Order: sequence, then structure tokens, then C-alpha cells
Amino acid sequence: MKKRWICLFVENEIGVLARISGLFSAKSYNLDSLTVGVTEDSTISRMTISLTSDDKTFEQIKKQLSRSVEVIKLVDYTDNPIHMKEILFVRVNGCSNVDITELFRISKVFGATIIDYDGTTVLLECTQTENRNDDLIALLQRKFTNRIEIVRGGSVVVEAVSISER
Amino acid sequence: MGITGAELFVKALKEESVTTLFAYPGGQAIDLFNALYGEKDIEVILPRHEQGLVHAADGYARSTGKVGVCLVTSGPGATNLVTGIATANYDSVPLVCFTGQVPTSLIGNDAFQEVDIVGITRSISKYAVTVRKREDLAETIRKAFYIAKTGKPGVVVVDLPKDIQRAYGSDFYPKEITIRGYKPNTSVHMGQLNKALDILRHAKKPVFLIGGGVNIAHANKEMTRLAELTGIPVITTIMGKGAIPTTHSLYVGNIGIHGSYAANRAISNCDVLFSIGTRFNDRITGKIEEFATAAKIIHIDIDAASISRNIVVDVPIVADAKKAICSLLEKAEPLSVSEWVNEINDWKKEYPIDMGRSGLTPQMVIKAVNEIFTDAVVTTDVGQNQLWTTQFLALDENRQMLTSGGLGTMGYGFPAAIGAKLGNPHKDVIVISGDGGMQMNIQEMATAVVYELPIIICILNNGYLGNVRQWQEMFYDRRYSSTCMRYRKSCEIGCNTPNHCCPEYTPDFIRLAESYGAKGIRVTKPADIKDALISAKQNTKAPTVIEFIMDREINVMPIVPPGNSLNDMILESEEHGE
Repeated sequence: MKKRWICLFVENEIGVLARISGLFSAKSYNLDSLTVGVTEDSTISRMTISLTSDDKTFEQIKKQLSRSVEVIKLVDYTDNPIHMKEILFVRVNGCSNVDITELFRISKVFGATIIDYDGTTVLLECTQTENRNDDLIALLQRKFTNRIEIVRGGSVVVEAVSISER
Repeated sequence: MGITGAELFVKALKEESVTTLFAYPGGQAIDLFNALYGEKDIEVILPRHEQGLVHAADGYARSTGKVGVCLVTSGPGATNLVTGIATANYDSVPLVCFTGQVPTSLIGNDAFQEVDIVGITRSISKYAVTVRKREDLAETIRKAFYIAKTGKPGVVVVDLPKDIQRAYGSDFYPKEITIRGYKPNTSVHMGQLNKALDILRHAKKPVFLIGGGVNIAHANKEMTRLAELTGIPVITTIMGKGAIPTTHSLYVGNIGIHGSYAANRAISNCDVLFSIGTRFNDRITGKIEEFATAAKIIHIDIDAASISRNIVVDVPIVADAKKAICSLLEKAEPLSVSEWVNEINDWKKEYPIDMGRSGLTPQMVIKAVNEIFTDAVVTTDVGQNQLWTTQFLALDENRQMLTSGGLGTMGYGFPAAIGAKLGNPHKDVIVISGDGGMQMNIQEMATAVVYELPIIICILNNGYLGNVRQWQEMFYDRRYSSTCMRYRKSCEIGCNTPNHCCPEYTPDFIRLAESYGAKGIRVTKPADIKDALISAKQNTKAPTVIEFIMDREINVMPIVPPGNSLNDMILESEEHGE
């Protein structure tokens, strides 16, 4: 089992998202995240799909996706140099002054930003890799158990230009 | 102003050379039917149920090679197509299904007879789309036909809202179309082909395993030449049967859980398995870990997703079967494999598929069909009737078999025959059905009668849902749960001993046929089989139902029990006395 990344260019039409996500559910393929947005060409949408699977299943997933009429192009980013980011919002409720100081410190360490605040509630934004966001969530869950709300955007990926590390 | 969407729809059908349309009207399709009214170039066939309709279009498409075209209304009209769409798509049959839809302004409002048919059929079709703008209509229809018939053929659903049907717009219908995400493979990778030929050159025990792809590509003549040129024996799947004439000396038989002993043995012992147009479905491989373990495997398929999915192959080749076979014909050489062929022939003699029992048997009926109908399309239903037909029916360039191989849809055989007869008026069309499946679309008898289609319907009546009963007998301690078709309220609970006191069969197929205006013949002994078939052949204006009363517990043999390897077949059935 291995983490995989696919970039999928699809027709920007009604039902295409359903077709792609339906393929995953119909064939019992595991799907970690799927994001979609329109590209510079408004008739084309770009999906970033992350999933965990073995090699054989992954080959089949790529073939099944490619044979869909609505799929224009599939790029496998699994072993390529890429930049990937996921937007994460965390709302922390019922904060004391000590909590707030702690949150500011945490933000600094994790490269997150406090984007909103009203004295007892703090809103963090963190745009990092999925793994780093996982780490931040784990930490906040430990420190502020039952007081946090998580909003995750799913990863987007773009191929690297000259950087060879992720 | 221009023309209405409905008028453009009719124009599009003509441009696509559609001459037969399988159609059932309704509120949201009424404008389309209005535009078809009095149309001379398109024969509109009105079946009696939308499921029968789509199977008929399927039978038409399989037997003619043309696209089958359906037109139904929204809601239940559309949902009644679902089983037929899945059936056709699973067997790669080109269909375009037009469904009426509520006006675009009402979509999503739970309007009367509104369903999201595109959503419902998304996972069982090749492509499904709702036309949302009148200006997209022509291109969408052109696209639908192109997608349905190219590449690996399949079903396309085109949902037509009522306001689109009524809206005026251009009458332009495009001839050419390009779809940027859809580029069917039209070439053969010569490097891969050479690799395959290299492996073949060193083979001592090669076999061809041929699936439905060769029949779909109409590459039967080329396949026969390739077998003859190389001298390699040919094994087929159920869907591939007929790829070379079944009487050909190089033809071994069907592979699979009801395949022949020789074919399964040959697969298990071959050193090169050269497969074309099969997806290695579980019904043909048996226990997958023990499938063709000694062989290098070459696999040609038009669908990249069918390659190395169930079986890991050594040489994958993504190509159309006909193109690949033609390329092979240019390069392949004769092999000296006569010893291997003799070995297979010995296995054939050792355990031929033969029912070897007295009384009226399916084998006798199908052998008689072989003798009497030399230029024919034979459809089957699903279950034992289908398996016996795939075992005993002889196929060649003049005799074709249509069967629901992938989905295994009971109720397929009879309506498919209606479509086949409409597409092949000069051929004999014979249905081999069971008593169970026949009742699933019996209403189409009216269609066959009103269109004067002299279809010959052979019902192998054993009073059971026989294939399930066979499994219950062999693997479930004879617990005949819900499989007896002669059951009545008065019967003893848990009865598993059919005998002469069993209640009468319902319905009486002969009287049923007669009530529709068809002919009915009941056959109870072997001596009457041929007379019945000949008399049916002479009935040229209406269908004939021949009910063959079978022993109740005949099994399809041999069988590979579930979970076993192809090597591990049960060859003969234990007999239970009547």
C-alpha cells in the first residue's frame, strides 16, 4: 500500500464529478481526497486525487479513469517532484488567555496564521502539506480536546519547476 | 426559427442511417413521437414493455452489427430500461437510448415522472448525458452514436427534456466529431506484437483463447485463417464461441466452469496462452491462482482496463481484435504442434460433452436445431438453457448465437430474438429458453405476433429454475428453496422430490401462445422433436412456441465447483431416480 497522487483534467460539465467519484465507490477503490477547480480554460476542470492503494489496484484505477469519456488527461504524480498544499481552518473555542498565547506560539512553529479572533475563539489558517496539517490537528486535539472544529480543503498538487524535493 | 428539437432528432436518426427504432411513448416523449409520425424511412417498433424493448434493440444490434436505438419516455419508461442497458453494456453492445425528460425548468422539482436517469445509468453505461441546450442537441446525438459504436462498443444514454424537444433551432447535423477525452485505439503496437510472435515461435503447447471481442470485431474469417496458418488449437469463452466454426478440426470447445474437459485441461497444460478479446471473467478462470500456471500469457484487448486486471499477463497489447489479427496474419508462421493437438484430441475423445441419458434431453433439441436451421440466429435465455446451448449449438459464419454473457439477464432471450428477426428477416431466428426466463418477458409475444415475426421459441420446461436448483442439489443438500415453478400453496413445505403428483404447470404455454395468436406445440418424446421444429419452420407468419417437457432434474455437466481450479471438474452427474 502506498500513497498516490493523480492529476485529472476533465470536461467542466454537469455530472463529471459524480462520474469520477462514482467510479471509486462502484469499484470499491479507496479515495483519500479529491479536489476540483476550473482551469485557465473554462471548459476544463482539474482534479487532484490522493489515494492509498497497492500497485495492481492503482494501475486499474488509472485505466478506469482514463477510459471515461469525460477524462481528457491523467497525470500520475506519485513519484514526481511536486508541490502539494492543503488549506486547513481550525476553530478553537473557549480559549483562556493562556490558551491564546499557546495558540500564537503553535502557529508560529507550524507556519499557520491566526486569521480571526474574538477574545475566546481563535481561528487558525494553515496551508501546508496534508501530513503537516495532520500533525497540527493531532497537536491541537491533544491540547484543546473537544474544543476544536476542523475544516480541511483537500490537497492540490502542481508539478515542480526546478525543485526536486517535496 | 429553424426546426424543433424533435424534428432535428428525426433528422439525426436518418443521418445515422437508423431504419429501425424500438420505441414506447409517454408524456415527455410525445413530441418526439409526433415528429416520427408517418415517417417512411424509420420503422418504429412498439414492444409491450420497455425491458423487452431494450433487449430487442440489443438483439438487433448484436445480430446486425448496427447501433440499436431505443426511445422511451421519462420516469418509469427510463427506469425500465436499466436492466437492458446493463445487459448490453456488459457485453459491449452498441446502443443509443433516448429518454424523454421533464422540461429543464422542472428538473430537480420531483415533477411527475421525473427521474435522474443519467445518474441512475452512470455506472452501467459508456456515457450518459442530459441535453440542456437546444444548440447542443445535434452534436450530442452525433457524439452518442460515435461513442456507442467505436472502441469497445457500449451503451450511451441521451436524456432529452421536453422543452429541448420543442425548442426551435438550427437544422445542422455534424458529420465529423472529435471528442478530446475519447480517442479509441486504431493502431496495433508492432513492438508488442513482435514480442508475442517471438514467444509463440518457441511454443510447444500453445492455445488461442478467444473471447467475445473477436465476434464483436467481426473477425471470424481472419481468426479462422490465423488458426489454420499457425495450426494452434482454439478455445473460446461463451461469448467468443463461433470465432471459428465449431466444426473446425482446430476448435476445442468452451473454457470455464461449464466448459469442456479438453478445453479446461488444455488451458491448464498449455505453455503459451494467446488470448484475444476476453476479460478473464471469474466464470472462465475458476480458481484464479491455479489458472494457466504453466503458460506465458499474451493478451490482446481493445480495453486497456481489461488487461492484467484478473490475470497478470506477459505481453499486453491494446488493439482492436480484427486489426491485431490481420497484423498477425502478415507475420505469423506455421508451428509444429501436431503432438499437442493430438493430445487435446485425445482429451476430447476421453470426455466429450454428452448428456448420455435417455428421454427427452436438451442435447437432442439443440442438435435438431443444428440440423434443421443452417442459416439462423439463435438466442438463449439465462440459466441451464443457456449453458446447454453454449455446449451443443454448432456455430459457423451462417449461424450466430446471442446470449447475455456478462450480466446473465433472465428474460433476455425472447425479446432479443424479436430484434434479431427484425434485423435479419431472411434468417431463421430461434430462442432457446427455460420456463422461468420465458415468463420474464412473455408479454413480447404480442409484439412478435403483430409484426408477424415467425420466431421459433423452444422452451425447455423442467418446472424449475434449473440452474439454481442444480446448485442446490450439488452444493446445498438438495434444499430446493424457491426454485420449483410447479409449487402451489397446497404443496408440502420443503419438498425436494418432484414426482408425478406435482401440480400442473402454470401457465399452459400452448394455450398462452394460442391466445396471442401464435402457434403452440408440446413435445414430450424425442421422436417428435424434429417434426415440431419443421412444422414451426413452416409457420411463416407468426411465432411458434414449442414446449419441450424435460425430466425435472437434468444437470449441466461438466462443472467446476465454486472455488475450484479448472483442473478440478465434476464430469458426471449423480442420477436421482424420478
